[in-house]
Amino acid sequence: MPAAYKFFAEFAQTWGLLYFVAVFLAVLIYALAPSRKDRFDAASRMPLQED
Amino acid sequence: MTFGELGSTLAFAALAFLSVIIAAKAHTPEYAFHAYLFAAASAAATFTIINRYYDRPAALPPLTINGKPNYNMGPVKIATIASVVWGIAGFTIGLLIALQLAFPALNLDTAWLSFGRMRPLHTSAVIFAFGGNVLIASSFYVVQRTCRARMVGDIAPWFVVLGYNFFIVIAGTGYLLGITQGKEYAEPEWYADLWLTVVWVAYFLVFLGTVIRRKEPHIYVANWFYLAFILTIAVLHLGNNASIPVSIFSPKSYIVWAGVQDAMVQWWYGHNAVGFFLTAGFLAIMYYFIPKRAERPVYSYRLSIIHFWALIFMYIWAGPHHLHYTALPDWAQTLGMVFSVMLWMPSWGGMINGLMTLSGAWDKLRTDPVLRLMVVSVAFYGMATFEGPLMSVKAVNSLSHYTDWTIGHVHSGALGWVGYVSFGAIYCLVPWLWNKKELYSLKAVSWHFWISTLGIVLYITSMWVAGILQGLMWRAYTSLGFLEYSFIETVEAMHPFYIIRALGGALFVAGSLIMAWNVWKTIVSAEAVEEEPSVRLKSVLMAAE
Amino acid sequence: MSLWSRHKIFETNSIILIIGVLFVIAIGGLVEIVPLFYLKSTIEKVDGVRPYTPLELAGRNIYVREGCYNCHSQMVRPLRDEVERYGHYSLAAESMYDRPFQWGSKRTGPDLARVGNKYSDDWHRDHLNDPRAVVPGSIMPSYPWLEAKELDARGVADDMKVQAILGAPYSPEMIARAETDVRIQSNADDPNVADLTKRYPNAQARNFDNNPRKVTEADALIAYLQMLGTQVDFKLYDNKANVR
Repeated sequence: MPAAYKFFAEFAQTWGLLYFVAVFLAVLIYALAPSRKDRFDAASRMPLQED
Repeated sequence: MTFGELGSTLAFAALAFLSVIIAAKAHTPEYAFHAYLFAAASAAATFTIINRYYDRPAALPPLTINGKPNYNMGPVKIATIASVVWGIAGFTIGLLIALQLAFPALNLDTAWLSFGRMRPLHTSAVIFAFGGNVLIASSFYVVQRTCRARMVGDIAPWFVVLGYNFFIVIAGTGYLLGITQGKEYAEPEWYADLWLTVVWVAYFLVFLGTVIRRKEPHIYVANWFYLAFILTIAVLHLGNNASIPVSIFSPKSYIVWAGVQDAMVQWWYGHNAVGFFLTAGFLAIMYYFIPKRAERPVYSYRLSIIHFWALIFMYIWAGPHHLHYTALPDWAQTLGMVFSVMLWMPSWGGMINGLMTLSGAWDKLRTDPVLRLMVVSVAFYGMATFEGPLMSVKAVNSLSHYTDWTIGHVHSGALGWVGYVSFGAIYCLVPWLWNKKELYSLKAVSWHFWISTLGIVLYITSMWVAGILQGLMWRAYTSLGFLEYSFIETVEAMHPFYIIRALGGALFVAGSLIMAWNVWKTIVSAEAVEEEPSVRLKSVLMAAE
Repeated sequence: MSLWSRHKIFETNSIILIIGVLFVIAIGGLVEIVPLFYLKSTIEKVDGVRPYTPLELAGRNIYVREGCYNCHSQMVRPLRDEVERYGHYSLAAESMYDRPFQWGSKRTGPDLARVGNKYSDDWHRDHLNDPRAVVPGSIMPSYPWLEAKELDARGVADDMKVQAILGAPYSPEMIARAETDVRIQSNADDPNVADLTKRYPNAQARNFDNNPRKVTEADALIAYLQMLGTQVDFKLYDNKANVR
C-alpha cells in the first residue's frame, strides 16, 4: 500500500497538477478568446429567438 | 411499417414472452409480480405500437411545416404531468417518514410501510421520479427549441418517457416488497437496472440525434449540461450497479465490488448523482428557463462555459468526502476534501451567472412569482454549495457526519434548489406546451412560493439545530471523563426537531398541491393563445408589459 | 459541398463535446478508484475475518431487505468518543466480504459495527419485536413478522455460489452443505456443530429466537447481528503493523 500511495501521491502532485492547470487554461483561452466574442453573444440569445 | 415500429414490436413481444416464462419460474412471489408487470407493459406496448400504425397517416410527421420546425411535444407533456404527480407522491412519502421518526407507531408494524423500506421510496421518488421527469421533459423541450429541430425518432421519445416511468414503478414497488440492492440512491435490483440502461441509451441517442440535426451552428450551453448529465449518469449507473444476479429467476444479485472498494464506488456514484443528476441537469434548466423567463440573455456566456468545464471536472473527485475517517485510505479522503472545497468556486460562478442574468430587471421579481421561484432556487444553490464544501472539511465532518445536519444540507439543496428550479420550469412549460397565454393563476404561484419557503426554512433550521446538537451530545464528556449521554438520550433529544421538520415538510407538500391544482386549471381552462404558436412569445411579451 | 462540410464539422462538434466530457470525468474516477484495487492484497493483514456462514448470510440479506442501513451505520471512526461508545474503530478488512458494504451514512440509531455479543439473544428478539418494550425512548420500527416468518433457505447455496465467483472463499463443500449448515447453526445441540465451526471458525450455534420448532428470519438476523464486529480479536491485533 505505501508504494501505491507514494506513486499516486507523486502523480497527483506533479502530472495531476499540471493536467489540471492545462485543462483550466485551455478552457479559459477557449472561453475568453476575443475572436469568439460574437459567436458567444449570438449563442447567448438562442433561447430568446422565436421560430 | 417503419423499421423502428417493426423492431420495437418484435422486441416487446419477445420481452412479454420472456417475462411470462420468468414469472412462471420465479423464486419469489414478489419477483413473479414484477415479471407479470413487465409482461403486461410489454404486451401493452406491442398492442399500442400496432394499433398506432393502423391509425396513423401513411407518412410520418414532417420535420418542418412552412419552413418552421414541427416540434414533437407529446412526450414532453407526459413527462411534465408525470413530474407533478410523482412530486406530490415523493413529498408526501417524505412527510410520512418524517412523522415516523417523530411517532414510530406510524410504522404500523407492517413490513412494507416500515421506515427502512419507505425511506428509499422517498429518495427515489423525489430524485428519480420527480427530478428525472423534470429533466427529461425540460431537456426534450430545450434541445428542440435551441436546435430548432424536431426531436429524432418516432417511437424512441415515447419509449424514453414511458420506459423511464415504468422503471420508476418497478423500482418503487420493489422497495415496498423488500427488493433492494442495499446501496443508497441505487437500490433497484439488477433487472430494473438493466431496463434503465436500455431506456437511458435511447435517451442519449434521441438527445444526441436532435443536437446533430440542429439548424443552429452553436450548441447552446444548456445542452452541454444536459449532455454531461446524461453521459455521466450512464457511466455512474454502470459502474455502481455492476452485479451478478443469483439467477434470472431471482431478484437478488451481488455487487462485484466488496467492502472498502464498494464504499468508494458507491460514493463516487452517490456524490456524482448529486453532481450530475441534481446539479448539472438542473443547471441546464437554469441556463434556459431563467433567461427565457427574464427575457434577457444569460449574464455571461463565457462564464457559463468556464462554469461547465470546471464543475464537471471537479465534481467527479469529491465523492470520498462521504467517507471521512472511515476505513478508506487517507489519501483518497484528502483528495476528496480538497476537490470538494475547490468546488465552491465553480458553483458560485454558476450562481452569480444565474442571479446576474436578472441585472437590470430586478423589478420582475416583484411582478413575476415564477421568476422569483427560480431566482430563489439559485440563491439556495449558492447556500447549499457553500455549506457542502464546509461540511467536507474533515474537522467539520467529524461532527456533522451521521447526524441530521447532513439531512438538512441535502434538503436545502433538494427542496430549495432542485425543487424550486423544477417548479419554475414546470410553471413555464405548462403554458408553452398547451398553448396558453399564461398560467391560470399567478397568485396561486405566489402562495405556493411563500408556503413552501416557510416550509423549507422550518425544515433546514430544525435539522441544523438537531444535527449539531446530536453531534455535540455524542462527543460530550462529563468532568470525570465519561461519555455524558447514552445513545438513546440523543435520540430523545431529537423529538421536538423532528416534529418541526415534519411541519416544514407538510407545508412543502401543501405548496405542491397548489401547484398541481394550478397546472390542472391551466391545462383545462386558461385562456388559449389564438395566434399560431410561433407568434406566442410576442403576445406573452405584450401581456407582461 | 461547402454546406456539407460545414455540417460535418457541427456533427463532430457534439462528438468532441462527448469525448471531452468523458475524458474529464474519467480521470477523477480512475485516479481515486483504481488504486483501491491494488490495495486488495494489502488490506490490513488481520486474523479471524472469515466469510459469513449460510445463516449469517441469510440474516445479512434480511438486514439489507429491511433497509437497516438507512438508520444504522457499520463503521466506527477512529475518534475518541466513538471508540469509547462502540469499540475499536473499524478496519477495512472487517468488511472485505460485504456485498454490498453496509457502512451507512446516518445514525438515527446507534452504530452496529460491533454490536455482536453486546446484548443477549432474548434482548434482540424482544427488541426486534417491539423496540420500545426494551428501550422506551426508541423510535425504531417494530419487526414482529421476522419471528413469525420461516426462513427461506433454499436460495442460500446459490447466493454463496455467486459470492464464490466474486472471490469469497466458499469451498464447493461449504456450498453443498449450505442448507444443512443453516439448520446446524440454529441448534446448539446439533451433533454437527463442531463440524460447522471447523468450516466457519468461531461461528456461534444456537437457537437465536428461542423457538426451536422452526428456523425463522429472526434467527438469521440475530445470528448476523451477534457476529458483527466479533471476528477480529483486538487483544492480539497489532495497530502499528498496519499504518495506512
